[in-house]
Amino acid sequence: MPTASRASSPWAGVELHVVTGKGGTGKTTVAAALAMALAAEGGRTLLVEVEGRGGLSQLFDTPPLPYAEKRIAVAPNGGEVYALPIDPEEALLEYLEMFYKLGRAGRGLRRLGFIDFVTTIAPGLRDVLLTGKAYEAVGPRRGGRPEYDAVVMDAPPTGRIAQFLNINTEVAGLAKGGPVHSQAESIMRLIRSPRTAVHFVTVLEEMPVQETLDGIAEISGLGLPVGAVLVNMVRKPALAPDDLAAARAGNLDRDAIGAALRKVGVAAEDPLLDALFSEASEHAERVALETVERADLVATGHPVLELPALVEGIDLGALYDLAGLLREQGVRRGKESS
Amino acid sequence: MTAPALDVDALLDDRDVRILVCCGSGGVGKTTTAAALAVRAAERGRDVVVLTIDPARRLAQSMGLSELDNSPRAVEGVDTSAGGSLQAMMLDMKRTFDEIVLDHSDPVRAKQILENPFYQSLSSSMAGTQEYMAMEKLGQLRRTDQWDLIVVDTPPSRSALDFLDAPKRLGSFLDGRVIKILAAPAKAGSRGMFKVVSAGFNIVTSVVTKVIGAQLLKDVAAFIAALDTMFGGFRERADATYKLLKNPETRFLVVAAPEPDALREASYFVERLSDERMPLAGLVLNRVHRSTAGALTASRSLAAAEDLEADGDGSAGQTVAAGLLRLHADRMNLIAREERLTGRFTGAHPGVAIGAVQALAGDVHDLDALRAIGGDLAFAP
Repeated sequence: MPTASRASSPWAGVELHVVTGKGGTGKTTVAAALAMALAAEGGRTLLVEVEGRGGLSQLFDTPPLPYAEKRIAVAPNGGEVYALPIDPEEALLEYLEMFYKLGRAGRGLRRLGFIDFVTTIAPGLRDVLLTGKAYEAVGPRRGGRPEYDAVVMDAPPTGRIAQFLNINTEVAGLAKGGPVHSQAESIMRLIRSPRTAVHFVTVLEEMPVQETLDGIAEISGLGLPVGAVLVNMVRKPALAPDDLAAARAGNLDRDAIGAALRKVGVAAEDPLLDALFSEASEHAERVALETVERADLVATGHPVLELPALVEGIDLGALYDLAGLLREQGVRRGKESS
Repeated sequence: MTAPALDVDALLDDRDVRILVCCGSGGVGKTTTAAALAVRAAERGRDVVVLTIDPARRLAQSMGLSELDNSPRAVEGVDTSAGGSLQAMMLDMKRTFDEIVLDHSDPVRAKQILENPFYQSLSSSMAGTQEYMAMEKLGQLRRTDQWDLIVVDTPPSRSALDFLDAPKRLGSFLDGRVIKILAAPAKAGSRGMFKVVSAGFNIVTSVVTKVIGAQLLKDVAAFIAALDTMFGGFRERADATYKLLKNPETRFLVVAAPEPDALREASYFVERLSDERMPLAGLVLNRVHRSTAGALTASRSLAAAEDLEADGDGSAGQTVAAGLLRLHADRMNLIAREERLTGRFTGAHPGVAIGAVQALAGDVHDLDALRAIGGDLAFAP
C-alpha cells in the first residue's frame, strides 16, 4: 500500500479536519475512524456532523444524538471521541441569543418560521452557522466546556464542498458588520490556514475518483489546504500480477488448477472451474481498473492512504481496526513539527 | 422470505404507463438505471424521453449528451426497428426556472426578475430548486404529449424523500406568510395579523435585517412583488406536479444498492409512497453479486485454500488454486451478506417486487453497456 511519504504531513498540527467524499464512498465511516485515530495518542477529538442524517448515531450504535457534545467512544491512552450533530436552526438561535438576548422572542421566531426563512433565503448563512460551530470547537474553550485536540467534520459531499467552504462568497449576502458576518471572517481565516486540512474519501472507481480530482482542483483553486486522499474499500489482489493477467486473458492453467483443487477434495468439474475462472477474470479486471484510478490519485501529489473493504460491514470494532490502519499509515495529531 | 420478481419488460411494455420515476439515495446508480430502462423501452417500441439530472460525464456521452441544453435530443445508435425512439436530456435548473419566468411575464418584468440578485441565487443554488425544477420539467414534458414514456432520474439528494418534499417546501416558502411580511415591510396594515407576537415583531425584523442585511431583504421584496403579478403561486404549481406523481399512469422504481444505508433509504421511500398512494413498481438493486458456483460454500472454499497453502507443494497451480478459492469464499460471503440485507427489506415490505443488476467491473461508457444492464434487469433469475 502506498503510504504518506511527504515532507509536509497533512496531519501534524492540523486542528480542523474536513472530510468530504462522494455519496456511497463511506465518508462518515472514514471521518469517524479518523476521529478515533487522532484520539489514540490520548486527548479528545470532536466529530461533527453537519447534514443531520443521524449517520453517526447509527455508526456508533447509539440512540439519536441530541444537539450537544456527547462522548461516543474511547480510544487508547485515555483518548476520547465526542460527537456533535450540528443543527443550523439551533445554531442560529444560539447566535441571536448571544448577541441580542432574545429570550422567548427567539422561540417565537421559530414558531413563525423565521429561522427556517432566514436560513433558506440566505443559504450561505446556513453554511456559516455549520462551519461556525466547528470553528468554536477548535482552540481554547470558555465556560467549562471540553477542549478538543482535533475536530473532524463529516462535511457535505465532494460535489458541494467547495461552495460549502467558500465562506467569503457565501456571506456576500449577509449584513456587513453584522454578527454572523464578522464571525464568518474568523472562520475563513481558520479554514485557509494550515490548521485546517480538507481530506477526500473515495473508492477506486471512475466516477468517485473523477469527482475527487475535480474537488481537489476546486479546493486548491480557492486557496484552501488539501490534506490527504483516503481510499476506502480497497480489495487486496487475490492473485499475483502474472496470474491476474492470465485470469483476465483467460489463460489460467486449467489442468494444474483442477489437479490442485482435487488434491484438497474440491470436485473440480468444468462448470466449477468455469465459475471460478470467471470470478477471477472479473476480479482481475477490477484490479486493473483500480490500478489506473489509483495512479490518477497518486499523481495529485497529495498523500494517498488506503482502507480495506470489510465484507462483514461496519461496527464499532471495525472502526477501531480502521483507526489502527490509519495510524499505521502516519495519521498523528502530534502538534510538534513533523 | 422471497420477494416477487420485478417484471421489467411488462412494465416497459405497458402503454398505460407514461411516466417512470427512478428514485433512491445518492450513489446507487439511479441515473444509469434510468438510462438503461429508457434504452430498453425504446428498443421495445416505445417513444421515450429520459430526463437525467446530473449524469456522469461518460454516461452522458454514451447517450450523446455532450452539452447541457435543457431540451431533449435524439440518442443515436438506438435500434428503432420495433418502432420506438429515444431522446435524452439533462436538466439545467437555472434555465428551466428562467423559462418559467419568461413564459409567464412581459419582457420588462421578466428582465427585472432575471436580474434580481436574490432570484439568481435562488435559481442556481438554493436547496430544493433542483427538485422543484425536475418536477417542473417533468410536467412540461408530459404536457407536450410528444412521448409515450417519460423516464425520470431524480436529483442526487442524500435522502430519496427530498424529491417529493423539496418542491413543496420551496413552494410553501415562496408563498409563505413570512416572506410576504418581510418582503412588504412598508405595508403598515400587515402588522395587525401578528397581534400575538407584535410586541417582539419589530425587534425580530430588525434582528433578521442585521443578520442577513437590508439589501438582501430588499432584493427578496422586489422579487416577490414581481412574482406576485406574474402568475399563480409556486405552491399551486408544485401541487399540480405532485398530483401528476399520484396519477395511475405514473410508476415509481426505487433504486438501491445492497448496502444498509441505501436499503434503509429505500425502505423510507417505499413507506412514503404507500402513505401517499403513489404507485410503486418495485425495487431495483444495483451492484448485486452472484456466483454460478454457489454449491461450493464460503467455509468449504476457505478451508480448501488453507489446506493447499499448508500442505501443498507450492506449485504455481496450487498457489493460483488457493487464490481462486479465497476469492470465491469472499464472494460467497458477500452474496450471503447481500441476501441477508435484501431479506430484511423484503421482511418489512413483502409485496415489493425486486429486480437485480449484477455489479459491473467498469463504468458505463456506451449504449451496449446500457443494453446489457437492461437485459440483466429483465432476465435476472
